[in-house]
Amino acid sequence: MMKRTILGALIAYASISVAAAQTAPARQIPPPTSVPQARNEAPQQQAQQNAELSQIKIPKLPPFTPQEPQRIQLANGMVIFLQVDHELPLVGGTMRVRGGATSEPADKTGLISIYGDVWRTGGTKTKTGDQMDDFLEARAAKIESNDGDDSTSLSFDCLKGDFEDVFNLFLDVLHNPEFREDKIGLAKRQMYTVIARRNDDVESIVGREAIRLAYGPGNPYSRIPEYATVNRVTREDMIQWHATHVQPQNIIFGIYGDFDPKAMEARLRKAFDSWPKGKPVTEPVMTFTTALPGIYFVSKDDVNQSSIQMVSLGIKRSNPDYYAVEVMNQILGGGFASRLFETIRSKLGLAYSVGGGVGTAWDRPGISRFAMATKSATTGESVKAMKSELNRMLTDPPNAEEMRRSKDAILNSFIFNFDDKEKVLAERMRYEFYGYPPDFLERYRAGIEKVTVEDVNRVAHKYLHPDQLPTLVVGNPGELGNQLTALGPVKTLDISIPPPPGQPTKTGAAPGR
Amino acid sequence: MRKFGKFLSLAILFLVVPLFAQDLASFEKRTEVRKLPNGLTVILCQRHEAPVFSFYTLVDAGSVQDPKGETGLAHMFEHMAFKGTPTIGTKDYAAEKIVLAKIEEVYAEYIRERDRMVNRDPKKIAELEKQWKDLVNEADTYVVRNQFGEIVEENGGVGMNAGTEEDDTVYFYSMPVNRLELWAYLESSRFADPVMREFYKERDVVYEERRMRIDSDPTGRLVEQFVGTAFQASPYRNPGIGWPADLRTFSATDAINFFHKYYTPSNMYIAVVGDLYPDQFWPVVEKYFGQIPSHPKPDERITQEPPQNSERSVALQETAQPLYVEGYHRPSYLSPDDAVYDAITDLMSNGRTSRLYRSLVRDKRIAAIAAGFSGLPGQKYPHLFAFYAVPLPGHTNNEMRDAIHAEIERLKKEDVSDEELQMFKTRARASIIRGLGNNPGLATSLAIMQARYGDWRELFRQLDRIDKVTKADIRRVANETFVESNRTVGIIETAQIPRGAQAGPGQQPPAQ
Repeated sequence: MMKRTILGALIAYASISVAAAQTAPARQIPPPTSVPQARNEAPQQQAQQNAELSQIKIPKLPPFTPQEPQRIQLANGMVIFLQVDHELPLVGGTMRVRGGATSEPADKTGLISIYGDVWRTGGTKTKTGDQMDDFLEARAAKIESNDGDDSTSLSFDCLKGDFEDVFNLFLDVLHNPEFREDKIGLAKRQMYTVIARRNDDVESIVGREAIRLAYGPGNPYSRIPEYATVNRVTREDMIQWHATHVQPQNIIFGIYGDFDPKAMEARLRKAFDSWPKGKPVTEPVMTFTTALPGIYFVSKDDVNQSSIQMVSLGIKRSNPDYYAVEVMNQILGGGFASRLFETIRSKLGLAYSVGGGVGTAWDRPGISRFAMATKSATTGESVKAMKSELNRMLTDPPNAEEMRRSKDAILNSFIFNFDDKEKVLAERMRYEFYGYPPDFLERYRAGIEKVTVEDVNRVAHKYLHPDQLPTLVVGNPGELGNQLTALGPVKTLDISIPPPPGQPTKTGAAPGR
Repeated sequence: MRKFGKFLSLAILFLVVPLFAQDLASFEKRTEVRKLPNGLTVILCQRHEAPVFSFYTLVDAGSVQDPKGETGLAHMFEHMAFKGTPTIGTKDYAAEKIVLAKIEEVYAEYIRERDRMVNRDPKKIAELEKQWKDLVNEADTYVVRNQFGEIVEENGGVGMNAGTEEDDTVYFYSMPVNRLELWAYLESSRFADPVMREFYKERDVVYEERRMRIDSDPTGRLVEQFVGTAFQASPYRNPGIGWPADLRTFSATDAINFFHKYYTPSNMYIAVVGDLYPDQFWPVVEKYFGQIPSHPKPDERITQEPPQNSERSVALQETAQPLYVEGYHRPSYLSPDDAVYDAITDLMSNGRTSRLYRSLVRDKRIAAIAAGFSGLPGQKYPHLFAFYAVPLPGHTNNEMRDAIHAEIERLKKEDVSDEELQMFKTRARASIIRGLGNNPGLATSLAIMQARYGDWRELFRQLDRIDKVTKADIRRVANETFVESNRTVGIIETAQIPRGAQAGPGQQPPAQ
């Protein structure tokens, strides 16, 4: 995260673009469309004006059936997907293992993040991580482990001629990780750096505080590593975690690239058939408690722009309202012609980065976020403008033209969900992991087609609640004046970093939240 | 293990070289370049994986071309290229056009009065400002907002964006293949006759972009100051986003003048990759893009940076944690040593085997990240090779400096090993292969290679240059480049601990 921020700022310093990274919740399908301001008279006018446009022929899209990966389930429960792609002389694979950071003990927050590094960097019983680095880099190959909220993963990628060597090493890391202490120390030092720097960057503050407001401070997604929790993590914790989680029935393994599927299946069976089945992992139990409405303020005195985010609880993707929510999000915020972009950015010139929508997630309610950044002087005005756009979604439902455009945007770009064999594999693995039907994407298309304006209006009322949203503002108190108090009661969040164990708080008072 | 490694990587070399020959041959068969009569260069690369295509348009003009007193203008025009044409984005262009022209008259007068050095008349300024803003609101009534982007999106376009760099400006998205003609219409008309509607509101948007990327981000603030310190004559000294005063001054007239000067077809390169066939593609491209009027390629010369003769530095006092950057002037990407700099970047920075990682992060345990790279802030003209390091809590910028310098000295005094040199060459090959498997990435590479080297085949031929790099080259280039008098240093120092906000740098992490 920090790497991206600092490297990004250095390398991308000279690279500026018309659209900011999307602040909308992760979406399955790209951005929205709508021109509400012009929508009553625009269609006719446009028809006249754009005679050129209407003469352009749009033939039918040629039929295309994406190549589905082959699914193999071993007797020990491991699920394997093979996706052959002969285009380039490469082979790669990702093994996703159930169980992640949301299951780690709260007093050891950071354990999975460290485990996600050291599983690979700590080497195996017979090779140190450094020896692996030399071996792999000389072949331009990779083996990497990663942490996640609900899973961890081990992946590889290599030229096809190196497959056997790299795969053997991959199996060694899978079965015999050594978690050497020097690499645990290195991973912890990286964590301490992230902790020390987490208040330097506005985005990092907004990201974590918004989750706390939406899910509640006790929810596992809200936890952040502290010096003390990282300090408590031991090698024994990692060995223990590995032993209880890295078992075949918890694993989905996807392999893609230039190989013969029969030979690959035989190779994988040889590698995994004799691996005994273990016990399934238990899912963490979570509660989701959104903060009360109001302004939540974080003081940062070295900025001249306020970052604003309104949040609430969204939905799970298995919710029957999912398709109507997707269409509503398309209309409301995210793309060049969405209501939020059009009003707040183009019409009012208040923000460069603006967007949002009702959040959706695979296994829990997503976080609905409505986010923007504006100069300190227009912070109050912007909060009101955002709220008024959300209210307008309730009072001013989309007309037929908006409905057509937003559904077209989703359906016409549908092909980009499976225009690449690796994308198809990744989707399929996701459905398998979260227990969704294999034809979920087809159902999605059919679901979107059926959405009516009444559906959109209904879900807008059901999920938006513009007056109930906790509103996070990170900004400069010296420049804000009384703009925030004019909006209602303000609660100031204390984001001071608890000092490492045994060291006094140099900064004076650091009361709890 | 190392000996074995060397043996194996030679084997890879033999394995990979023929594959590459085959790949260039396969690309020769499915890639075609045409220069249209108006000077526009178009590349088609067939890739029949799925019924979609991606494009990448490179305009060979970037922030370096910003006129004096108008920094940020190239980027501003990039934003305006999404505002439509006489037929897209308007309810009544005939009427709109008249108001847009009036805005420019009044705005020019307003700026003249506002920036008068003596005898300013506040009343007159206020009147003109009001007139200007009223006209902006009047023009607004004719706008069909964001219609250009809306047409792209409702037709299934994805990944639509654009970027302005110091060296060039780029535009890109992907579309279903049945929208080829629509794409050609949209992309040719936006560069045949763009309309500067909503200019002054968009200028506010761009100012917010500056606040986000530079003003409110400590690293952004440091890099702006650092680059401005390293360059004194070259236009690379100016931030692409623009200096604040210029962002409050330049006009729609300035932007359209910039467009007419630099967005000429002979200065533009379009690469299209996807499920397209030549006999269907070229007639459409010629019909639409052939209509863009032609004029001569603009002058590319800039003020050259004179040699630096003593070390420079800039230190920011911030509430943020410390950060260390240093940069050395190096020649442009056309230098015969370009691949040698690539080798140095790779050896010093690429992955866990890199020298800076092993020294500062693994062994000395003083930094979380340490790396060096070329291309700050651009590459087309002489630029910087920069090193940076992120200190661990409790460690200082001076430690970063000393440890980076120790690694630089090693590079100057000792030959790199055979394994290291071979690793660089193997990784360079693999990284090219990995970039060939997706439409947007390929379109980007082909357009850049065609614009920068005059031939997309450089995507493969760059390997010849990479193969020729020797140990002696690396030592020579390191000795020529990494000298004190050629150095600029930029640091963030943590000035103070703010009221109850942050842990200071003096705090030590728990003992292990």
